[in-house]
Amino acid sequence: MSSSVYAHIRRNPRFAELVAKRTRFATLLAAIVLVVFYGFVLVVAFAPQIVGQRLSEGSNLTIGIVAGLFQFIFFWVLTFVYVRRANGEFDAINTEIVRAAWQEEK
Amino acid sequence: MNASRLSRLALGLASLPLSAAALAAGPAMEAAQKQPLNLHAIGMFFVFVLMTLGITYWAASRTKSASDFYTAGGGITGFQNGLAIAGDYMSAATLLGLTAMMYAQGVDAYIYMIAFFVGWPIILFLMAERLRNLGKFTFADITAYRLDQGKVRTMAAVSSLTVVCFYLVAQMVGAGQLIKLLFGLDYTVALFVVGALMMVYVTFGGMVATTWVQIIKACMLLLGGTTVMLLALSQFGFSFEALATRAMEVHKLGPKLFNPGSLLADPVTAISLGLGLMFGTAGLPHILMRFFTVTDAKEARKSVLYASGIIAYFFNVIALMGLAAILIVGQNPQYFEGGDLAGKIVGGGNMVAMHLAHAVGGNLLLGFLSAVAFATILAVVAGLALAGASAISHDIYARVIMKGRASETTEIRVSKFATIGLGVVAVLLGIVFEKMNVAFMVALAFGVAASANFPVLILSMYWKGLTTRGALAGGYLGLFSAVTFVVLSKSVWVDVLGNAAPIFPWTQPALFSMPLAFLATIVVSLLDSSHKARSEREAFEDQYVRAQTGVGAASAAAH
Repeated sequence: MSSSVYAHIRRNPRFAELVAKRTRFATLLAAIVLVVFYGFVLVVAFAPQIVGQRLSEGSNLTIGIVAGLFQFIFFWVLTFVYVRRANGEFDAINTEIVRAAWQEEK
Repeated sequence: MNASRLSRLALGLASLPLSAAALAAGPAMEAAQKQPLNLHAIGMFFVFVLMTLGITYWAASRTKSASDFYTAGGGITGFQNGLAIAGDYMSAATLLGLTAMMYAQGVDAYIYMIAFFVGWPIILFLMAERLRNLGKFTFADITAYRLDQGKVRTMAAVSSLTVVCFYLVAQMVGAGQLIKLLFGLDYTVALFVVGALMMVYVTFGGMVATTWVQIIKACMLLLGGTTVMLLALSQFGFSFEALATRAMEVHKLGPKLFNPGSLLADPVTAISLGLGLMFGTAGLPHILMRFFTVTDAKEARKSVLYASGIIAYFFNVIALMGLAAILIVGQNPQYFEGGDLAGKIVGGGNMVAMHLAHAVGGNLLLGFLSAVAFATILAVVAGLALAGASAISHDIYARVIMKGRASETTEIRVSKFATIGLGVVAVLLGIVFEKMNVAFMVALAFGVAASANFPVLILSMYWKGLTTRGALAGGYLGLFSAVTFVVLSKSVWVDVLGNAAPIFPWTQPALFSMPLAFLATIVVSLLDSSHKARSEREAFEDQYVRAQTGVGAASAAAH
């Protein structure tokens, strides 16, 4: 792989834009997962009575179970959202940048 | 809460779902007497073996180049890889250990399952596409990308082999105990069967066969687990409320069944465990290797989407199985020694899932689930062996010893010998450690993966300032500190070496060894003003473009 193709890509303003967009998006999603999960862990560690609370009188669903199921579904939905955007919008910009760089190379 | 009891609990829980090792390690296993021959299980396992051997035969004809051998030619689709990752990640102990934990401790197990799942979205957001764009055969291809090939690869291979060996031995010991229990086969015979099949899959079929063994196993696991869950729930009219109400009535925890108990009572253990699970997963060589088998970053992302969906689904299946087992198994004297409901479960606590299968589906379903457990061990062990063999042949032999001048044919030959060598070592160590508590080996494997592999890997992808000296300092310190903390913790210092009290009070090293490794890598890199360090920093620019765009990565898979 010739280094000049990389140089072409680096000079393309669309590259900086792609990287900034994707990094911001991935960081945001990762931060959401980490905050929600470790927040939940801290509640379990320091205030377990909250986790054991019933949602309503006579129901067996506790906040812990609902919060757990919510995390399984929510985090998976986040992976879906990321893959959709990365494989669609981001990859389209990516292909465009790479094609432009090869053309410049020729 | 008594601290030593807590740490023992945390260690036991930490190792349960990771490896069948804990099956051998937990006190429940003392009851692991050899069972009568289980013909249904053996019959169904035989079908599985024939099928996988057929696939291996087919795969052997398609395994010619090094890329075929290590990464199935890079032609696995995202969906296939997602199934294979799930098959690689969910071990026999996930099925057995987590069902048992739900049965015994209720909602604690559910919280614990989230910790196991949550690493996957993080791997997707931070690593998946970069892994694919930069990697070729082993993760050392990434860490050594712009650093000193010989030194960095040697370090990566040493820590990879440490992880693989401990995880492999833990799996083997667990496999021997489990198979003795499920199939009524002798411990040593079971080890030879597992070792021999693993060697056949990997040496002849390489990554193609390994991938398909993992895919088939994942499908069997999903099918078996779902069937048991549906049959069990049908007894309660598919009503969670009905199931939960009755479970609380009979369980010794009563309404506390749905309250968090001791599991996460100690924040240090809880966070250390969480970090170890999350970043250990992201540093396991056999898991990382799976990302090099797909065509491009697109498929790598899809792999995680499918894998995390399957893993999340299956954990919920297991949770329901465990809950249903409280009533279906826990109230049936047939499954208790001497028919005493207050006594021990026949075969030990980890047999809850198996008893449940028997209760709802008879001998046929029991046999199927046993065959699934055996297949699961094989799939995990084959993945580990391939990762270990590639560290020996691709990193040590081809790059460090031959300095890139080895021919592809000899490199493949070396990896086949390495596989056979690893298989022999695994069987022999499995026999040596038969009577020993090997739970610490799993803590060690995850601790080393999180502390030695992960920091250097993530910094090499994200931080321009990383230099060879920094990588070596952090990698070796992470390896050394993770091993030292585990040795000084209760699981080795007290349980294996017989000392009175542990020197390191926690069982999970990650919270301490991981920051140490990061710190050492960063400080040493910053202090490194050598000429070489300057050019290594400059090389980051090109690596960064490749990591982001995948330019140059396509050719990586082709030769």
